Amino acid sequence: MEDRLTEIVPSRGRKGDLIPILQRIQAEFGYLPEEAIVKVAESTGVAESRVFGVASFYAQFRFTPMGRNRVMVCRGTACHVKGAPRILDEVEKALEIKEGETRQDLEYTLESVACIGCCGLAPCIMVNKEVHGRLTTKEISDIFTTRGECDAG
Amino acid sequence: MPDKTVLVCQGTGCVSAGAEQIHISLEREIAQLGLGGDVQVKRTGCHGFCQQGPLAVVEPEGIFCTRVKVEDTPDIAQSLLSQKKPPERLFYRDPLTGKVIPHYRDIAFYSRQQRTVLKNCGYIDPEEIDDYLAVGGYEALRQTLLEMSPEEVIDTVKRSGLRGLGGGGFPTGRKWESCRNTAGAEKYVVCNADEGDPGAFQDRSVLEGDCHSVLEGMIIAGYAVGAKLGYIYVRAEYPLAVKRLEIAIAQAREKGFLGKNILGNDFDFDIEIFQGAGAFVCGESTALVLSLEGKRGMPKPLPRPRTTQVGLWDKPTLLNNVKTFASIRWIITQGADWFAGRGTKKSKGTAIFSLTGKTANCGLIEVPMGISLREIVFDIGGGIPGGKAFKAVQTGGPSGGCLPAELLDTPVDFDSLTDAGAMMGSGGMVVVDEDTCMVDLARYFLDFTQKESCGQCSLCVLGTLQMLDILNSITEGRGRPEDIDLLMELGEAIKMGSICGLGQTAPNPVITTIRYFREEYEAHIYERKCPARVCKDLISYRILPDKCKACMICLRECPVQAITGGKKQIHVIDQDGCTRCGVCLSVCPERFSAVECIPGRLDNTLHSA
Repeated sequence: MEDRLTEIVPSRGRKGDLIPILQRIQAEFGYLPEEAIVKVAESTGVAESRVFGVASFYAQFRFTPMGRNRVMVCRGTACHVKGAPRILDEVEKALEIKEGETRQDLEYTLESVACIGCCGLAPCIMVNKEVHGRLTTKEISDIFTTRGECDAG
Repeated sequence: MPDKTVLVCQGTGCVSAGAEQIHISLEREIAQLGLGGDVQVKRTGCHGFCQQGPLAVVEPEGIFCTRVKVEDTPDIAQSLLSQKKPPERLFYRDPLTGKVIPHYRDIAFYSRQQRTVLKNCGYIDPEEIDDYLAVGGYEALRQTLLEMSPEEVIDTVKRSGLRGLGGGGFPTGRKWESCRNTAGAEKYVVCNADEGDPGAFQDRSVLEGDCHSVLEGMIIAGYAVGAKLGYIYVRAEYPLAVKRLEIAIAQAREKGFLGKNILGNDFDFDIEIFQGAGAFVCGESTALVLSLEGKRGMPKPLPRPRTTQVGLWDKPTLLNNVKTFASIRWIITQGADWFAGRGTKKSKGTAIFSLTGKTANCGLIEVPMGISLREIVFDIGGGIPGGKAFKAVQTGGPSGGCLPAELLDTPVDFDSLTDAGAMMGSGGMVVVDEDTCMVDLARYFLDFTQKESCGQCSLCVLGTLQMLDILNSITEGRGRPEDIDLLMELGEAIKMGSICGLGQTAPNPVITTIRYFREEYEAHIYERKCPARVCKDLISYRILPDKCKACMICLRECPVQAITGGKKQIHVIDQDGCTRCGVCLSVCPERFSAVECIPGRLDNTLHSA
């Protein structure tokens, strides 16, 4: 990890680059490891507490490892009025984890997001980069079983 | 020159439904039929009618193919070879009349719109600058740099009457003037593309479909106010928009529209992309600027100078929304009078909305200011499907309000919407029908803003939490008669006690739903009923004995074994054990339709009644 961090974090970063640096670290590791926060603080000259303060302010950053597959349930208004809460219930059942959690086998992380921006396809969820739209609760378990990764679940 | 062009929409909605494969397959089919020289297949940005996607349009006729699948592409290619129309199954079918309409110009969703900012979205390939140049792109920049002084540019924008399309509606020309008049050698132009409203996607569509128009507007702004560097603050959740912006910026640099001595003039300007890390409050200008500086995006305390005076790195900064910048080229090339000639007296030009929710037609629309909500919902949107009744239209997202059927004739402009208790906002327009609970909808929006409160103002962060608690208790059947007045009182206090737009508008969805749908709150509180049958604690499911065929399906599927009965024995739901998950209703075969959901809670003794 140390080597890769050295590659990503410039030895003397500008203060204004803090968020882009954190974004690059998360793109690499899937989350912000503690060592990374320390490293960024050294590089930019911003106190560790402030780096953490910035990272914790924004919804994008996470401090725990992410599952191999990321499932995002859209909670946008259009999805909400077309049944997003029930879709979320169903996904929670299918993956056997609650919103915001990662499965112990690190196969899935389940999040709910403000809006994916595919309101014309409401209700929708996003599995990694793939959007599944116009969903009904009945279709949820198929999405994960056909992926073949949830059979044990 | 090819005779025909097939435009394949590559907006996020269509891409998610497989538009990339359709594009590839269509190109292959056309090549196989030897039509390569006569027919061009082109990728475009969002065509707007996302709900009917993936879309393909055959030009010049304007034949509109909806819900296209890869399997349809051989038929489309064949139709081009035989000079016939594509198969009828792909045409749009009017949801009310059932009429098949092959040309998009004849579809009410399009014919009632007035597309300016969106004119080229869906017609040009956003990844090809030559496509943009072919439709007059960068002509406005050329005109500005060669023929106009910065003062003349500002005067033109002022005379056009353009108001900020990010929601606030501040006159754009005055903002530009204020930034120009602030002394300082270093100034910045920032494009706010941090579209965080749930239910709004128009900024994304413009960025994905016609990103050069935004760049052109920013460069002209840079010239007008005297800035050399611009930033686009775009949501990291919009990867396709980021990718297309990167391509567009590189192409613009290559062509000399960005960089040193633009078009041979003594004017340098460049643009960088900054990816927002996800905080709704960063839509507020001072918060956005702090976020750009790598800090927590918390609005600066009052009294605060305008960003046009003290902005990014304390330098004068011009901040406008995506659509505002995208409007500039039209104002320059068509003239201020042309722009000012459309719309209403105080709201000029057009408004862009993401029309979603319970309308027959959903998608991206651009309409003249002053059009009525009724025309949008019923003419463009095609009304409410499934014979359901219209209940409300929500504009302005979490900062806006819900307007009832009585207000459908309200003209859509900045001031009329604000007077009615809603707002233009960033352009989300969500239509809801009788199946939507207004208390639940208010709770939904407040839950969103509560989580997004930055925490500086106690009334915002704690007041919204109190309101949310009250709304939760009402939807869970623990509402008290005094709760409605308390919500109104808290709402007014939060509006007064918050320093930024987030807190000042957060109570709006609650206040407007109480104002226009008070009876729904009262039904929850006094009768313990959710009339729209949404709030789980205030509804019941029951099996109608005369319709139940004792088929055992619901009995087997019930996750909590709350249904009793047997073969040839009518099924009954045990109301104490039922968790009201709705599985029984969804699995009961349609030909029986024996399960119904009713407002209020049944108990077992009353159940047979």
